[in-house]
Order: sequence, then C-alpha cells, then structure tokens
Amino acid sequence: MTKMLQHSGYEEERLQRVAELLPCREVQAGMLLSLMGQPQQCSYPSIFIYGHRASGKSHVMQVLLKELELPHATVSCVECVSVALLFEQVLLSFFGCDAASLLPRSPSLSDFVRIYRQHCSQTPAKQTRYIVMEKAELLRDTDANLLPALLRLQELVDDNVTIILLSEIVWDKFRPNTGCFEPLLLHFPDYSKGELQQILSQDKHPSYSAEFYSSYINILLGVFYSVCRDLRELRHLAALNFSKFCEPLAEGKVKETDTHKLWRNIEPHLKKAMQTVYLREVSSLQWEQLQQMEERECGALRGLSAHTHVELPYYSKFLLIAAYLASYNPARTDKRFFLKTCFSYKINKFVVDSRVAPTASIFSQISSLVTLQLLTKVSHDDQLDAPKYKCAVSMDFICAISRTVNFEIIKYLYDFL
Amino acid sequence: MSTSSVSKGCFVFKPSAKKKKTLSLEDHFSHGCESAESSEKRFKLCQDLWDKIKSDTEVLQDDLNRKILDSLLDFTRKCSSTRQLSDWASQMRASEIPTAALVLGVNVPDHDMTFQSLSELLQQSVTPHVASVQAKECGALKHLMKRVLERLMGTDVTVDDEEEEEAEQTSTPLHKSVHCSLSTLCDWYKTKTKKSNTPGKKRSSPSRDDPQQPPVVIIFKDLEAFNPKVLQDFILICSRYIERLPLMFIFGIATSPSTIQHMLPHSVSSLLCIELFQSLSCTQHLATVIDQLILTHHFPFKLNAKVLQVLMSIFLYHDFSVRNFIKGLQLALLEHFHSQPLSVLCCKKKDALLNVMQLSHSDLERIRNLPSFKRYVEKQEPQEQVNLSKDDTHLKEVCQKLIKGLHKYHKNYYPVLRCLHTLTSSLPRYPLGKQVRELHLICLEKNVWENEDYQTAMKLLRMLAKDELVALLQRCVEILQPVKSKKMKNAFLQLTDLLTKFKQLDTVAAEPPPCVEEPIISPVRNLQKKTDLFQLQKTLLEMNESRRAKKLSPFEVLRNEALEFLDNLVKSHLSPPESHTLNEVCYYTSSATVRRHLNATPRTSIQAALNSPYYYLQNDRLKTVDGSVSNSAPDICIAYKLHLECGRLINLYDWLEAYATVVSAAEGNNPDSDNYGKVEEVKHARFIRAVSELEFLGFIKSTKQKTDHVARLTWGGC
Repeated sequence: MTKMLQHSGYEEERLQRVAELLPCREVQAGMLLSLMGQPQQCSYPSIFIYGHRASGKSHVMQVLLKELELPHATVSCVECVSVALLFEQVLLSFFGCDAASLLPRSPSLSDFVRIYRQHCSQTPAKQTRYIVMEKAELLRDTDANLLPALLRLQELVDDNVTIILLSEIVWDKFRPNTGCFEPLLLHFPDYSKGELQQILSQDKHPSYSAEFYSSYINILLGVFYSVCRDLRELRHLAALNFSKFCEPLAEGKVKETDTHKLWRNIEPHLKKAMQTVYLREVSSLQWEQLQQMEERECGALRGLSAHTHVELPYYSKFLLIAAYLASYNPARTDKRFFLKTCFSYKINKFVVDSRVAPTASIFSQISSLVTLQLLTKVSHDDQLDAPKYKCAVSMDFICAISRTVNFEIIKYLYDFL
Repeated sequence: MSTSSVSKGCFVFKPSAKKKKTLSLEDHFSHGCESAESSEKRFKLCQDLWDKIKSDTEVLQDDLNRKILDSLLDFTRKCSSTRQLSDWASQMRASEIPTAALVLGVNVPDHDMTFQSLSELLQQSVTPHVASVQAKECGALKHLMKRVLERLMGTDVTVDDEEEEEAEQTSTPLHKSVHCSLSTLCDWYKTKTKKSNTPGKKRSSPSRDDPQQPPVVIIFKDLEAFNPKVLQDFILICSRYIERLPLMFIFGIATSPSTIQHMLPHSVSSLLCIELFQSLSCTQHLATVIDQLILTHHFPFKLNAKVLQVLMSIFLYHDFSVRNFIKGLQLALLEHFHSQPLSVLCCKKKDALLNVMQLSHSDLERIRNLPSFKRYVEKQEPQEQVNLSKDDTHLKEVCQKLIKGLHKYHKNYYPVLRCLHTLTSSLPRYPLGKQVRELHLICLEKNVWENEDYQTAMKLLRMLAKDELVALLQRCVEILQPVKSKKMKNAFLQLTDLLTKFKQLDTVAAEPPPCVEEPIISPVRNLQKKTDLFQLQKTLLEMNESRRAKKLSPFEVLRNEALEFLDNLVKSHLSPPESHTLNEVCYYTSSATVRRHLNATPRTSIQAALNSPYYYLQNDRLKTVDGSVSNSAPDICIAYKLHLECGRLINLYDWLEAYATVVSAAEGNNPDSDNYGKVEEVKHARFIRAVSELEFLGFIKSTKQKTDHVARLTWGGC
C-alpha cells in the first residue's frame, strides 16, 4: 500500500520508516526529498508549502527532518511576538546558546545575519540546514524587509541553508509589492475521504481489532465528512465517541462484525455530537460524562450559546437601549420618536427619563459597558471631549433587554416603520 | 480602550486615611466632629462596628463563593489527574486545554475579591502555579506573555522561601525580555517539578494531588475586555506546549458565556475544553448581605428608609455591586458616628446603659432637643415634664428605660418582619414585595398596616387554602422559635397552639360541611339568565355578601383567628422607628449626604461653581444679594451666565458684546464714556478663553449650521 520513498542520499531503513509515518503524503514527501537533495548538496534557498489546516504540512516536515536527522530549526510565527524571538530560536538550534546570547537587546536583521555568518564560518555546514516557519502568513505583519530577506537568506549568510515556509494561504497573498525572490511552491491538497479513513484507522484502540475500529471510522466519516474535513477535529471526535460505539459490544448484545446494528446504535448519537461537542457548545469532558449518564438526563446540560441572558443594572439597560437606537436610527428622526422624553446628549442620545441626572455613576456605567464589549468606542482614543460610541449588541439581545424594562423597542426603530 | 468602572474609586470620604498608618485615624475622625469630648468613644464604637461588619461580610462572601469555588477546584483537580491517565481516550484528546468559564455577572467591582480567594484556594490545595491577568495590562501578546511569566515565575520565588536560592541559580533571568517565551516557562516548569520530586522535598501542600505535575493555571479576570486577537494567539501558542506544560485557563466572564464564541473562532475554541461555572447572581448575594447586616438586631446601627432606599437604588440602577453597597453602609456608619454626638448610645444594650450614665450635660440637652424625645415629653404628666427638662439624673434614668425599650423593639421587629414576609411573599402579584428588604422599606416608612397593599395582602391571605396556610404558619413558627424575647416566646406559643388546632380540624371536623351550598347555587342559576354587565356585577357582589353572611366553617373561623393574631402582632411590633423615642441614636437619616457622596453629579457641581463662584473662591466681592453673578466674577462665570439667556444657537458676536458690557461695568468705567462696552484686544482674548473653557466643559460646541455661531448643549437643571 505504501509507496516506497526512494532517494540516494539516505539510508533505506530510514526512508522506510518515514514512509510509514506519512500515510497518504508519500507524493509530497518524495517531492520534498528530491527538492532537498542529498544532505551535503546545496539546496534551493526557499520553499513555500501551502495547504489547508491539518493537511499534514508541519507533520511531514517534522518527520522528514527528525527521522533523517537533518539540522533544522522549527519556529512558529505566532509565538514570535518579536523578531528577536525568531532569531534567537534559529541561532539556538543551530549554534547553541552561545550564539543566541550574542544577540543584542532588540536585534535587527543585520545583527542576526552578522552573528549567523560569524558562527557559520566557525562551524561550516556539512549538511543543508533547514529553517521551518509555521504559520508563515504572520510574517506579512512584521517588518517589510523580513520576508524578502528570509527568502534569500542563503545568499545573505553564505551558508547552505533552506527556509521552508508553511502557510494556509497561497503565495500570491504574500508577494510584497516591492518584489522578492520567488520560493518554490508546493501544494498539499486536502485529504480525500479514503485517505482520512486510512489515517484515522491507524490510531486504533489497543483492545479492539483494527477492522472494528476501521468500520467505526467509516461510520464516523459518513456522518461528519460533509461538515468537517479537519483531520485533527475528526480524530478528536473519533476518540470522544468510541466508547459509546463499543457499548453494545460490552453489554454483549452485538458482535463485532454486526456493523448494521452498531451503526443504528451510534448514528443518532453522532448526529447529536455534531450539534454539541463539535461546535464546542459542550466541552469534551462534559460530553464524556454525558455518555455515562442516562439518556433522560441529557437535556439538563445546556450549551454555551444557550446562556445569552445578561443581567444589567436598570440604568445600564436604558443606556444600552438608547445607544442601540442612536446607533441604528438616523439622527434626524429623533424628534419623531421622542418628542417628549428625549434629551439629546453630547455623548449619546438617551431615552432615559429626563429626571435622571447625569451622575458620575452613569458615566462610569458607559465605560463599564465598553469594557463588557456591549458598546464599542468609535472615536479615537485620545479624543477626550466628545467620545462616540456604537452599540455592539444584536437585535435579539436588545429586544430581550427592552422586554425586561417594558420598553417596546420595535416601535422606536426606524427600520421597522 | 479598557476602562474600568470609575465607581470603584470615587468614594471620597474619611476612612481613606486608613491606608496611611502614620496619620492617626482618630485625629481625622475628631477633626470637625460634633461634640469633641465624646469623639474618642464614638470613634471606638464606630471602628468596632465596622470591623465586625467587615469580618462578617468576608465570612459571608466566603460562604457564598464556596460552592462555585469548590466545583472549580474539583475541575482543576480532575483535569490535572486525567491528563496523566494513560488510557487510550484521554491520550487521544490530551491536546485540549482545560478551561473553566466562570460567569460572574456584570458587577465588575466585586470580582476582584472572588478571584483573590480563588487563586488563594488554588494555591493552597491544587497547584502553586497560579497567575491572573487583567485585560488592561495585556494590550499586546508580548505584554500578556510577560505578565504570565512574571506572575508564575516571580511569585513562586517569593512565596516559597526555602527554594528561593535554588530558584535564583537555576531559573533564567527574566529581566531580559528576549527570553519571554513559553519555552522558557517550560524549562522553568521542568526544573521546578524535578526539584519537588527529589527526595526530601519540603513542600507539603500539593502532595495530596499529584506532586509531579501540578497544573499551571492562568486566570483571565475580564475576558470581554481582552483583545480577541491577543487571546487567540496566546491560546494557539499555549496549545503547542500543552504536552510539556499542563496548562489550564480560567475565564472570568461578566456577560454571558456566548462571548467566548464571539471572541474565539472555531479553530481556536476547538483547542479548549470549556466547562461552564455559574456564580450566584448579585441580587441574591445582596439579599444575603442585607439579611445578615441590616435585618438583624445584632448591629445597633440602623439605616432609615431613605438612606436604605438610596443605597438600594445605587445597587439596582447603577452598578449591581455588593462591594459598593457595603462601602455605602460604611459611609453611613462613619457619618452617623461623626455627626451625631448621641451615637455614643448606639452600641450593645449593656454598654449603652453605661454610656447613658456618663452623658454630659450638653449631651443631655441634645437629648431634650431630639424631636422624638420632645414628642415623648409632651405625652407625660406636667410634673414629669418639668422633671425631665430640669433633673439630669432623672433624665438619665428615663433614657435608660427608653434605650431598653428601643432594643426590645428591635428584637421583636425583625422576627415579626420575617413572619409577615413569609406570609406575603408567596401571594399572587406580591402586594408587599418579593424580597424582605422591600417589606422592610415599607415598614420603615410608615405604619405598614395602614398601607393599601397590606390590606390586599390580608384579603388574599384570608382566601388561602388550609394546607397552604398551615405550611406558612409552620414556617412562621420556625422563625419565632429561636427568638429569645419574652413577647416572641409568647407569640410562638400562641402560634403553635393555633397550628395544633388546625391539625385537630382534620380529626374532629369529619362531620359533613354545613349546607352552605344552597344560597350560593341559586344566584349562580340566576346568573345564567342575565347577560347585562351591570347585572352581573351586582349578582357577584350579592354572592360575595351572602358568602360573608353565611355561617363560617370551623376552618374559616380558625383562619380568621390566626390572621387576626398575626395582624395584631404586626400592629404591635412593626411600627416605624420614627415613632420610637430616641430612635435618632441608632438611625442614620441623612440620605442626601449619602447620595452626594456615592452618586456624584459632576455637572451639577460645575454648574454650581459657575453660578456661585463665591463659595468656591471665598472672595467677598463675589457675594451678591440676589444670587446672580456679580460683574467681577471670573470670566467663565460671566460667559456662562450670559449663555444661559440664549437659545439653541448662540451668536458669538452678540455674546462677546454682552460680555464686554458686563466686564466694562466691573471695571467701573463710566457708562457714558465712549470706551464703555467697547471690545478691545484684552477683552476679546479673555472672552475667547472663557468660551473655549466652556466648550471644554461641554456646555457649547461649534456648529456647522451657521458660521460664527455655537450650539448650546445643556438646558435645565440637570
């Protein structure tokens, strides 16, 4: 089933192991290997790999570099809050902490290149060094010179080094408008249903046969494949629901081979999982507890989004309603709606009864509402004298709020006239 | 961006000096205090009472939080233990970060305390590694990371003294911010856990769970205020390390759990294993606090209806913060002891009686001037009246008696209040309020039995079925049972008596009910014929009459008896405090002060300052007879005064001319001279400054409708 990877630079055994660890990615791995060439050969400066989430980009890279024992540094760009961290990690994994400690406090790219060259001349590369950058799309937000420089790092440091960028976004979205060195592009396509089946079947439960687990995966994919093709997510779901699948087996009602009965048992359960645990309405821990409980008790557990009710102080409710109206009604229609009660306010338009004095608490309530993300500030932060806010709640929410204070908001909304 | 409620810090009152230990609090207290001689004693009383209130509320808070905190602790323990299980399923989903979503309600000022005790508890019983972060200190991912690392690694060094030296040697220096990454934390964690694994480990507390892998807990105090991007990135990073670092999150949520889904996309939330924890609602919390602090005779200090109303409305209308409510209570307490010299008598009965004997002559004069005492005197015999106004020792004796009476009143008031509440709180439409505090407010204001709602409540009670009534009475009995006062014991006995009678009804009155059905049925028959509304009403009234006139069943007799008894109980014990002599000693009445201090109105003060600069500048020249602004007032006051006379749009030139005229008059220029009212450069400049100041204060703004006009923004008194 597994195609053999063949490459002259590496031992057969290792390649064999790599191939086993990379099911359904033999083509890509082979391609990469041929791009990389033999360890001592000089490699292409930069390779760009893209593909959807959980399509095996990082995994393939990790396995290749680890199993073949190539010198490499893996950096996740999310983690690099500053370029300093990026440089440090690269230097650390290539030259040890001596090199990393040479970096000045806020290093520039040239500092990095200087130190790299310095160490590189002391310990020249016998093999190609690889720098793998995960979530490379974040590099676009860093300094404009970083990405072009990394793409031709080989020239800059004069070393046999290859940058491998991993991203979920196509290269076209990366290309800086000043132009840059074009990396080799490599696409990791999504796994097909069959491939997913093959991969998922590999992590079988130790106490059940492989065929049994495979049939379980088949059922699982039948339910979830239409909504989710994320391998990681599917694997998670498989793990969560397996015990339920095995239940009739444990009770001795069904044999392992009786797939139809097993399917009848698990199918409604999986459908329910799709609405709850897959959306993270219910946590996996609760889901497991739920499975142990009786069916009738299941209704008691409500998902996260079921709790939308928010208790607010009385005036805050009115503030919010007023803000909502002010945000969605054109200002000129104010007169029409609130001929009597409205008093226009420099910050906001209030419907609050004019008896309410604008006290400090009211003002602080506005800022509390901002903190709670119910209002958002639209004017600039340093504009102190006339802040402007916008109401950030949904129609349903505001209707629920106004119902509690007996205010018929629909009557006052311009869009509903 | 992140603004936290100002109300957290806007209490400007005396105990702020508490923080400065160098300045004696007492000096502050006696400064400007009424009747300085007893201030020492009053200060002590006040201090004691406040200490008691404080400790009581803390205990209360702990009790209330216990349940949710316990479940949280369980959750953390469970998470850290399942992580180490090696069975197939838990290994498969080990990549999720356990997350507790703690819904706390919108009363943000109260949260601090909860988180404080939560992290203390966690540190005591689950893990030494707890870090809590707030949104306002984590604007960027870098800062969040730095805070987390600092809290985790820093606090630990200071907390565990014996490990300090080792930690200093091994842990990487944090001040170099380059190292601020989670891998540093991982290394630190590794050394930490390895160290505690070595034989002869000194740490004892977390050994109960799993000493090898205590989880690292990160508390996000205010989830809503966090920048979603920062949070997402942080979670992504953390999930990369979850295998090496047993992380755990606690999200403090003020609004609703669905915010998590609003903030985090599925790709991120799928990395979390979120469990929901709902805390007690703040209204329930307040109800408990009121129950313990206000509806009890243990605290001699009382609030009158208005003050309580102010505090309640601040809570319900503004912030939902129990902490602020207690602060308000503290303010009232301080003000009472500070401004009322007779508050020396506001303490336990024994002490109060002693203090009466030590009252000075001037204090006794104050007693004589108390409205409630005057009323009391008027009711006495002429001879007694003379004695009371002349003889100090006699007055002291009478005072002792009155104080005793007051204490007795309080002792009886609260049980009866609760009884009445139990009876009425389940009635349809809650004629006397759902909460005890509402009933309490009604009772404080005036005679509750004269209240219309009380009458309807009584009417409704008279219609209760037997089992309902018996259950309610049973609960009343339970309330009265532990009360030690003589009258309440008596009431308790009578009620139990009534209850037994009710129960006997079942056994004795097995006889068929008297044939009362006849008279009822006949009008009903008539009713069917009549279609006219007026007739219907009339018949119904008749039916009512006839029912009343008919012979009562034994149950009805007994029910009336019971309600009569309760009505009498209410009438004799629930009179408002104002009707009791010497109530001024215990009751704080100045609601205006409380309101002014707690619910500040900045605009009003600005307007007051602009209208009457004299009070602020203390300059006699500014004093005017009729309250108008004098010509020599500061420029801004004059400009303000002039702008009050304008309409919505103000012509700047007219305004300037008017201003120049006023200022010229102030300079004493001759009205007939040519220069009078002329606009010269200096005046022009002064005017412009005044106008821009007004704009800054928010009274006017520039408008595009007309050039050279400004729009006025405020009208009326608010």
